[in-house]
Amino acid sequence: MKLKINNKQITGRAGQTILEIARENGIEIPSLCYHPDLEVQANCRVCAVEIKGRINLATACSTVAVAGMEVLTDSPRVRQARRTNLELIFGAHVEKCGHCSYFYDCELLKLSRKYKVPINRFSDRKQGRRTYRFDQAVEVDGTQCFDCRNCVTACARQGINYLEVVGSGINQEIRPTRDKSIACVYCGQCTLHCPVAAAQEQGNWSAVEKILSAKDKIVVAQFAPAVRVSLGEEFGLPVGTNCEGKIYTALKRLGFAHVFDINFGADITTMTEAEEFMDRWRQPQAVWPLMTSCCPSWVAYAEFYHPELLPHLTTARSPHIHLAGAIKTYWAEKKKLDPKKIVVVSIVPCTAKKYEAARPELKWQKRKLVDYVLTVREFAYLIKKHNIDFRNLPDSDGEKLFNRGSGAAAIYGASGGVMESALRTVAALLAATGRTKPSGSTEHSPDQRLEFKEVRGLAGFKEATLVLNGRKIRLGVVNGLGNFSRILPKLQKYHYIEVMACPGGCLGGGGQPIPTTAAIRRKRWESLYNIDKNRLMRRAHENKPMLAYYARIKEQNLGARLLHTKFTKKRNPILTSSVDKRKLPFAF
Amino acid sequence: MSKTANILKKISEAGLVGRGGASYPTAAKWAAVKAALKNKKPGYIIVNGAEGEPGVKKDAYIFHHHAAAVINGVYLAEQFFGADKIKKIYIFLNREYYQLYSFSLKTVLADRPYEALGEKTEFFIKPDRLTYISGEETALLNLIEGKKVEPRRKPPYPTEQGLYGRPTLINNPETFYNVSLAAQNRYEGKRFYTISGLARRPGVYDLPANLTVEEILRQTGNYPAKAFFVQVGGGASGEIFNDEQLSVPAEGAGSIMIYDKKRTDWRKLFKHWLSFYQEQSCGQCAICREGSYRLRELMNQKQFNHKLFDEVVQSLEDTSFCGLGSSMAAPLKSYFANVKN
Repeated sequence: MKLKINNKQITGRAGQTILEIARENGIEIPSLCYHPDLEVQANCRVCAVEIKGRINLATACSTVAVAGMEVLTDSPRVRQARRTNLELIFGAHVEKCGHCSYFYDCELLKLSRKYKVPINRFSDRKQGRRTYRFDQAVEVDGTQCFDCRNCVTACARQGINYLEVVGSGINQEIRPTRDKSIACVYCGQCTLHCPVAAAQEQGNWSAVEKILSAKDKIVVAQFAPAVRVSLGEEFGLPVGTNCEGKIYTALKRLGFAHVFDINFGADITTMTEAEEFMDRWRQPQAVWPLMTSCCPSWVAYAEFYHPELLPHLTTARSPHIHLAGAIKTYWAEKKKLDPKKIVVVSIVPCTAKKYEAARPELKWQKRKLVDYVLTVREFAYLIKKHNIDFRNLPDSDGEKLFNRGSGAAAIYGASGGVMESALRTVAALLAATGRTKPSGSTEHSPDQRLEFKEVRGLAGFKEATLVLNGRKIRLGVVNGLGNFSRILPKLQKYHYIEVMACPGGCLGGGGQPIPTTAAIRRKRWESLYNIDKNRLMRRAHENKPMLAYYARIKEQNLGARLLHTKFTKKRNPILTSSVDKRKLPFAF
Repeated sequence: MSKTANILKKISEAGLVGRGGASYPTAAKWAAVKAALKNKKPGYIIVNGAEGEPGVKKDAYIFHHHAAAVINGVYLAEQFFGADKIKKIYIFLNREYYQLYSFSLKTVLADRPYEALGEKTEFFIKPDRLTYISGEETALLNLIEGKKVEPRRKPPYPTEQGLYGRPTLINNPETFYNVSLAAQNRYEGKRFYTISGLARRPGVYDLPANLTVEEILRQTGNYPAKAFFVQVGGGASGEIFNDEQLSVPAEGAGSIMIYDKKRTDWRKLFKHWLSFYQEQSCGQCAICREGSYRLRELMNQKQFNHKLFDEVVQSLEDTSFCGLGSSMAAPLKSYFANVKN
């Protein structure tokens, strides 16, 4: 199908919208509410274009192109309409740019500059709006929201429907539902799809900045598996670039005393989880399926919506909690440091980890194990704010006592990765029992089985059957909470189920850089599996420093306090709201 | 020729167009629904009779005087699609019209040959708020479905995927009335005009559709002696004409509102329109929600910022999600062009 955009002949496929075709051909059409993850809403009206023969302008995001169409994306009429609409939208967005962690990436701000939008002709009409905070993880700031509803749609896509549009016209507000049977699970997909950071993580960056300058603290950082393949996007590096080495350097330049890789923690998690799997495997009356629990958002979901499933969740803690435990005990001891002085900051692609870190059962000597949690976005903001030239940073390395983990740890960042990591170790543990009976083509000699490709991929729901040790293991992987309902009716069919709240797993997490789209998730995904492929050590149980720590904990009988956790049925999450009374000056 | 094809031919030959305001050819709409219903589950018919625009009262007049003809038009539609192809008929009325006219409509529906039609007809009363927007076809569908009252993205059009995703015919009562006339070869090319404001004989008149505004005013004895201007096609969305521009037909919903030129304070008038739009804006799209509010706000400024006002009006016309948002521009622009010097 041929059409003309800005008087240039262009070919598109039938059914594509003008916006899709234009972007594929490198023609920039600005947009705010459009997100390829979500159904087209066409409510910001910023992507308006002129189509020859039509009286009014049309929104490029919602208009399907037809052969012979002649489109102008940058005519004076289009530019004027765009400028006006941006100005109107700005009037519904109280500028908090001076202390907004989205400052460097804000699309609204960029477009306002590009189109030279006058921003002082209209008063801020949303000055008195409420900010709703969901526990310690996520917030929706009504003063910054311009009602595009992406958060509502993203929440619905997760199958939660916690956010609602209430009221009409200028009195419209995005608000948490009053339906007590619905709870926020802190996944942060609303924040990932918000074009103006009205829905955003509850920021900890300024607290971290403050503590970094405290004299009597040893502030250490640990970063999660999926951070290394996404952070580079914030600095214009190709999507999927592994920035591991630069991350160490950046964190040290920000003032962190020591830097750890949560991949090491992931190996602890794998070991703990694989052992739990083996325990159940050996019991004739074991509770099946075993379900993963390293996704705090999924845990929150299970605790609220399906408390009956809690006995199925592995009691293994999540990687950053595991590693923080190792830092505050084992490492502190080896380094002769006072654990009370150690402040652990997690850099994660997740908003729910903020909530998880504050869970009362995850404390050590009455203190939080992880003191602060930063999303990838907050981390990038700090790097930019401190004028660190991330692109040109040299690589460096972290704390030597703990390593960068196995390949199995790297793939924790992808849906199916946690399960595959555990299976690698389970297979080896089974082989060690010496009861392997390979027979038939579907069976593998367990100690040789390294890759479990059947649980990989970005499909919403995956299932597979393995034969290990002569017994069938049925596997199910839920990729995105919105797909959980697909597995629920047939739960009993499985032995092992992995659930990740965010589409793609942590690589598509609520704390990842904006934008995060299917194409971007795919690139991050490839990169994670490349890291795995290129590691010499690819299985958790081959990680000797980890095994040393693991053995030590067992020896000290601290397993229950440092390796395992527990889950409890939850009522509605803590919801707070407030009105910001400060008059905020606009600051560029 | 079959009876059903015959009615479509008659509608087509009579040149009937939708009388809700958009003047879409009725035959094309009916044919589209008919085609969409082929091999599909049954669809719906909706009588959109909840006039929400100021200055338009002709649906009330039609219900009052021609209830039987309107029902006959609906009946003809149902027959045309096939009774088994129509699951339900909704008669959409505002509270006032329901109180006044539902009885006579129900009476007609209880009689031969409409009993079966009456069985599956339901009255749907419009909520008091968001009266204007719920007249928009797709917002009306959302209202009946219990969703937020907002227009849907088009395509798909209601003729293909309307109420609950099924093909749906939505017509104004006047359109159904005209269908009834056309079926009996009695349609004379007339339409209903609502005349109000500075009128000596305000009311609803049944006159030829091709008359000019001036002819309508003179024939009904409403041509004012004072200096005046008119708003044609709706008391909110209608275009403004001065007394030298009256050789145009009265389009849209066929209303003519007469204003006293000397005594009309344009700022008050603009505030009146804009307050209406601000209240009626559903809030879905940025330009209508923010635009109506900001234009209203601009009216309060001592120094009227004409340039900014024009920019917003133009963007409303160009980029609104639905027809109601873009229609806001018509009175504002034409007032400046035709009346205010």
